Amino acid sequence: MNDQALLGLRPDLRIIADHVAAGSRALDIGCGDGALMAALRDHAGVDARGIEIDAANVASAVARGLSVVQGDADVDLAGYPSGAFDYAILSQTLQTTRAPDKVLDELLRIGAKAFVSFPNFAYWRVRASLLWGGRMPVTRTLPVAWYATPNIHHLTIDDFRAFLKERGIVTEGAWFLNGDRLTSEWAANFRAEHAVFLIRRG
Amino acid sequence: MEHDERFGHARSVTLPGPLALDGGQSLAPVTIAYETYGTLNADASNAILICHALTGDHHVASVHPVTGKPGWWVRMVGEGRPIDPARHFIVCSNVIGSCMGSAGPATAAADGAPYAMRFPVITIRDMVRAQAMLLDHLGVRTLTCVGGSMGGMQVLEWAATYPDRVQSAVIVASAARHSAQNIAFHEVGRQAIMADPKWRGGDYYESNDPPAAGLAVARMAAHITYLSEAGLTEKFGRQLQARDAVGFGFDADFQVESYLRHQGLSFVDRFDANSYLYITRAMDYFDLAEEHGGLLANAFRGSKARFCLVSFDTDWLYPTRESRSIVQALNAAGAAASFVELSSPYGHDAFLLEAPELNRVVDGFLRAGGL
Repeated sequence: MNDQALLGLRPDLRIIADHVAAGSRALDIGCGDGALMAALRDHAGVDARGIEIDAANVASAVARGLSVVQGDADVDLAGYPSGAFDYAILSQTLQTTRAPDKVLDELLRIGAKAFVSFPNFAYWRVRASLLWGGRMPVTRTLPVAWYATPNIHHLTIDDFRAFLKERGIVTEGAWFLNGDRLTSEWAANFRAEHAVFLIRRG
Repeated sequence: MEHDERFGHARSVTLPGPLALDGGQSLAPVTIAYETYGTLNADASNAILICHALTGDHHVASVHPVTGKPGWWVRMVGEGRPIDPARHFIVCSNVIGSCMGSAGPATAAADGAPYAMRFPVITIRDMVRAQAMLLDHLGVRTLTCVGGSMGGMQVLEWAATYPDRVQSAVIVASAARHSAQNIAFHEVGRQAIMADPKWRGGDYYESNDPPAAGLAVARMAAHITYLSEAGLTEKFGRQLQARDAVGFGFDADFQVESYLRHQGLSFVDRFDANSYLYITRAMDYFDLAEEHGGLLANAFRGSKARFCLVSFDTDWLYPTRESRSIVQALNAAGAAASFVELSSPYGHDAFLLEAPELNRVVDGFLRAGGL
């Protein structure tokens, strides 16, 4: 995908956009106003569909010509047939779901592969905030105070890896972000603010 | 095209038919009243059919000949609106069974007398088949269908019955079947009409003395279902009508009573009681899943259409869950579907009122489909 199309995208979405095969079918769960979908459609010919919980976001996405359905990842994935998409995409949404394990099951049922991105709760600044400050962390990727945060199931990169192993899910790719920049896999659970995984059923 | 009698406002055509009906009977000839706006382009790719609701008609964006009021959807259809005669070829036809010029119980049967209750019972699919005949007559093959309420039911039926003709479908504040509650409210209306002695088994046309009281009550009951409880409270509360205290009688003490009576009375001037019976029946019979082996997704399997559904949070007549179940069926069928629940205080009627978000969604959806 060309740089121009990716320029406006959030870093984790940029990684996902870079690795979705052209001409494929993708379901973006928690698609917001459809920025990733529009980029995938316009620059990679992807047949992109979306689910979004917020009505104003859905209206914006539909107004830009995208096929987006107002819905909730926790309840509305069940209506999609198995294997309907090449990719199911869940960006920065996993930690907000009521039953993340079931949502991941659904992702891998609906999509041949799934992209999952989430903020890493074991990032060193988060650890420091808890350890030295004794306070729930408020960082760039976790910007909201404890009482108002939509993030109800915090997880770390190592938690996610352990979950994949336990379930026999295969990791096809993993990317780690520090701010807007990619960082190496080395000590990612400590150093990375944010992770993107590409997974499939084993 | 300027001199083509087929195009323009207040048109009518009598097609030879026969139109085979779901009930087993057939209708011939088939008279359809309709309007067109804008111009069909060279490759006939800019057609939009607008499907009207229960008591609507083909005057979607022109002055109503009886009431003198502007068209019923001028907020959606017109210059600079999402559906724009400058870009689109717009068709709106009066459904069969109605009383605004299309074949219905008030029109003359072969013997010259009005059909009255001899008019065959029709379905939503029959209405759609008649529209398809009209569009053939107008030279329109593929089209976009847009409708709210019963209009949305027709749009769904269009996509299911003519899967290769519908390119985009907009369904607003509608449902894929009538619920027990929907049927129940309609039955109250029908019984009000039939309980009026002036109904006379439907044969009231010659006397020119229709069952106005019964029809007015039917309209009053239905009108309540078009509004939200909060909307009624905000508009009327318990305020009294032109008096300081209740009258200890049965005049319209309350403003809401006066309002409903007005709604009922003004309705009988423009609508035929028998048509009300026939069209509510058609809606009650509507169950798109049942027409396709009990599975709604099957209705859309062959469809190439893109779908856009909109519901309103205060609409309790066709609530959001009805739209949601359609969306689930569309997803299961692999169709391209968009859906949003918009917020409005106005209940079911919201789709006819000023709704900028609705316009924004419909405009974007149509443009993305190349319209």
